[in-house]
Amino acid sequence: MLRFILKRLGLAILVAFTVSFISFSLLFLAGDPAIAIAGENANAEDIAAIRELYGFDRPMLVQYAEWLWNALRFDFGQSYYFRLPVADLIAERLSVTMTLGVCGILFALLTAVPLGVIAAIRPNSLIDRIALFLSVAGQAMPSFWFGLILIVVFAIQLGWLPASGASSWRHFIMPTVVLGYYAMPAIMRLTRAGMLEVLSADYIRTARAKGASEGRVMFKHALRNAIIPVVSLAAVQMGFMLGGSIVVESIFALHGAGFLAWESIGRNDLPTVQALILVFALFYIIFTFLADVLNAWLDPRMRSS
Amino acid sequence: MSNDPILSVRDLTLDIPTAGGTLHAVRGIDFDLHRGETLCIVGESGSGKSLTSLALMGLLAPKIQRSAARIDFDGTDLLKASRRQLRHLRGARMSMIFQEPMTSLNPAYTIGDQLAETLLLHRKVSRAQARARAVELLEKVGITAAESRLSQFPHQLSGGLRQRVMIAMALMCEPELIIADEPTTALDVTIQAQILRLLVDLQREMNMAMILITHDLGVVARVADKVAVMYAGELVETGSAKAIFRQPAHPYTRGLINCIPVPGRTERGARLGTIPGIVPSLVGEVNGCPFRGRCDQAVDACANAIPLHQLDDDTHELRCVHPDGHRHEEVTA
Repeated sequence: MLRFILKRLGLAILVAFTVSFISFSLLFLAGDPAIAIAGENANAEDIAAIRELYGFDRPMLVQYAEWLWNALRFDFGQSYYFRLPVADLIAERLSVTMTLGVCGILFALLTAVPLGVIAAIRPNSLIDRIALFLSVAGQAMPSFWFGLILIVVFAIQLGWLPASGASSWRHFIMPTVVLGYYAMPAIMRLTRAGMLEVLSADYIRTARAKGASEGRVMFKHALRNAIIPVVSLAAVQMGFMLGGSIVVESIFALHGAGFLAWESIGRNDLPTVQALILVFALFYIIFTFLADVLNAWLDPRMRSS
Repeated sequence: MSNDPILSVRDLTLDIPTAGGTLHAVRGIDFDLHRGETLCIVGESGSGKSLTSLALMGLLAPKIQRSAARIDFDGTDLLKASRRQLRHLRGARMSMIFQEPMTSLNPAYTIGDQLAETLLLHRKVSRAQARARAVELLEKVGITAAESRLSQFPHQLSGGLRQRVMIAMALMCEPELIIADEPTTALDVTIQAQILRLLVDLQREMNMAMILITHDLGVVARVADKVAVMYAGELVETGSAKAIFRQPAHPYTRGLINCIPVPGRTERGARLGTIPGIVPSLVGEVNGCPFRGRCDQAVDACANAIPLHQLDDDTHELRCVHPDGHRHEEVTA
């Protein structure tokens, strides 16, 4: 098990370095950064001065090494727009995004897994149909549209929940539902398919032959095996929620990291964009790593491979 | 040994609804099994042997309809027993060993956890006691380094070892009845004999009643007290092992016995017996003898209800229009 974890950790670090290089190169792919900073009315002298000030005249690898070294110490430079350290900016925004992401994935898991299990235990029953309907609707409905519907109903018509902002837990209810509902269909269908497959396995019959109760058969013997692919999926969804909740953050005016990324792209605020890409990528890497470890714990066969 | 059978089955019938109509998989099975006795149910694939064993354990798929006049396990009516009552019997007083050792153990748990679970489900014992019992049983089924096996996972064991673990698991609570559904079919030939020997030795040692399901008559000859010959969902002949092998009465039983070579009697190079034809479809109404299409003794009366004959030994029963399984002119006239 320890060997497995170390191997995966090594792999994760390798991927992290690759990603850091790619996100750094974006600075140069987007054109000459000095011109972008100098603005439209700058003359050649201003641009040259800026180029020297920011060190853009040095070889790219040297700049990368410096950037990476600073990044490792959580120093991502200054935001061009806010004139503030990028690290502080992200740290402030990330708390909103993390809260939203964690709530979103929990909402998705807590609705999708039980629904998937029940749907698998009673295939073609009413509850299976309802679960199927919910998952088709969730997949077909764009987040922004579902978010707007919720705002119209619960904020404007009924006045139960605030439509925008992030100042209390009540502000997070609708965004959580919208974000979680987006992830729910895939998790539910994977749980259902996994449970259906596992329930017909010989070892489930063995468990019943031992005299195990139905609840024990379902949760201890079946779900433990059926949940393995769901863990990997949920990790990817979680990474997506932390990086890609831009739409939801915009609709509900939650000023999180996703919203910051969207703003910064528009403002050509490259240090912020670079740092955000790196942070989002790291989230994916961390969650994939955690999912691998969790899966190895759930499925002993994975440890030896 | 008391005179009351530990398991008594009357008129067990299993129907499976299919798109093309009801499949009458098992029809009117009767038998009694006493403590310490071994009953072998023989028959070809698809004759309903496995379904019968699952029906006794109450492990049938929900869509299969079970009916019977009686299924009585040591005074408990299994037809009327609640799910809870059945749960307390399964694993504790009646256990089952399956055909597929490779897939019958849960891949997510250690051997030790799975063995201990059986005992923990039924007895008030500590985990340590359950593990100690697991070691004891693993040693009993001939697994070396039993202690260290407890922390191994099923995928780390060979098929033969897994089947030994399954046997140990079935015996954790010292059941009175053990049902073994072709326990050696999936194993190497060299391992088959070992596992069977083990099973029979343990059965004798623990004085369990055993139902052994097999299509291997060689196995039957070695271990059976009683034999039930099953064909297309019916018991065509039942009797003591001695009677079945010495005086096989039903044409199907005779056919089966002719299929096995006997050292010293079967000539080298001689063709072994075969039974031509195929098993009839059991979907829809099933009338008369299911074997009549393949039987060289068949007469018109075989399409009607088939009488049950008691042969000389009163436990030897035959379901055939011919009172001794052979066609006589006076019967056919």
